[in-house]
Amino acid sequence: MHEMSLMQSALDVALDHASGAGATRIVSITLRVGEISSVVPEALAFAFECMREDTLASGATLHIEPVAARCRCRACATEFHPPGAVFECPDCGRPGGEVVSGREIELSRMEIE
Amino acid sequence: MPEHRVLEIREPVLGRNDEIAAGVRADLERAGVFALNLLSSPGAGKTALLEATLTAIAGRLRAAVIVGDLQTDNDARRLAGRGAPTLQVVTGDICHLDASMVRRAIDQLGAEGIDLLFLENVGNLVCPAAFDIGEGRRVALLSVTEGEDKPRKYPTLFRTADLVLITKTDIAQHVDFDIGIAMASIMAVAPEATVLQVSSRTGVGMDAWLAWLDTQITELRTRETGNGAER
Repeated sequence: MHEMSLMQSALDVALDHASGAGATRIVSITLRVGEISSVVPEALAFAFECMREDTLASGATLHIEPVAARCRCRACATEFHPPGAVFECPDCGRPGGEVVSGREIELSRMEIE
Repeated sequence: MPEHRVLEIREPVLGRNDEIAAGVRADLERAGVFALNLLSSPGAGKTALLEATLTAIAGRLRAAVIVGDLQTDNDARRLAGRGAPTLQVVTGDICHLDASMVRRAIDQLGAEGIDLLFLENVGNLVCPAAFDIGEGRRVALLSVTEGEDKPRKYPTLFRTADLVLITKTDIAQHVDFDIGIAMASIMAVAPEATVLQVSSRTGVGMDAWLAWLDTQITELRTRETGNGAER
């Protein structure tokens, strides 16, 4: 996925909030990243290193919290953790379970001074 | 001593794209325009499908096309002269259409009086899947020359498709394409999707595709009339 442009968006949102709160620096940024969001956390961290320079976040720590994938079977309503890409219900075998969580890419919280 | 504070944010990060896409979608729906995002690998037949479709609907439905490619305006040239205003988006290095590109293109093209807006995405089975561009429905093309397992290999794209169109069916036998395996592959990742088979070259299957388009337009217009009454 596009970790550079995602990180740019995340930083933009973070910097908006920081300046709105009158911060002089950002201490940390926490992102929640879903297991099936197609985001590679290492690439996101690398992008952060590149982009935080010369901003209020230049000395900030990046925390990435994974969010587990959960699906709900459309046939029997069982909730399950998808073992692979097919989202097959472990109870009745129906493929294509509905995604309940795991797609999130979210700026969760920030510490500022 | 600087004051240390914690801000709870909880904001989605793809937010900017999704906000713009929601605006595009609302504008199009209000104007009664049915917008379709066409996704596929390069060479699966998106432009050929549009060539055949625009010819088939000329005089009956008013269409417009926004087509994205990294380079060239070849696709826009191919689609010109078929009764639908066509705008080429040259993305440069960007491997997908995003909502801001589509917003700018619609503003330039104008969508008044249009029944059908085709958004032909950049040929790519990976990145376009992640970007809402304000479409009403998503169509994923799978050509018989690609083999039956592409849906399993690129599940995110196929999972988000409302319609999967199997294309180039006229040459299926020459590449030993197995429709049963392909259907199983599609159903494994997108059991809710409608699946149609079409040959843009011979016209086989075009009727069902055109009927699907008509149904989508009617459903959109019916929903909007209902919403208008509520408003």
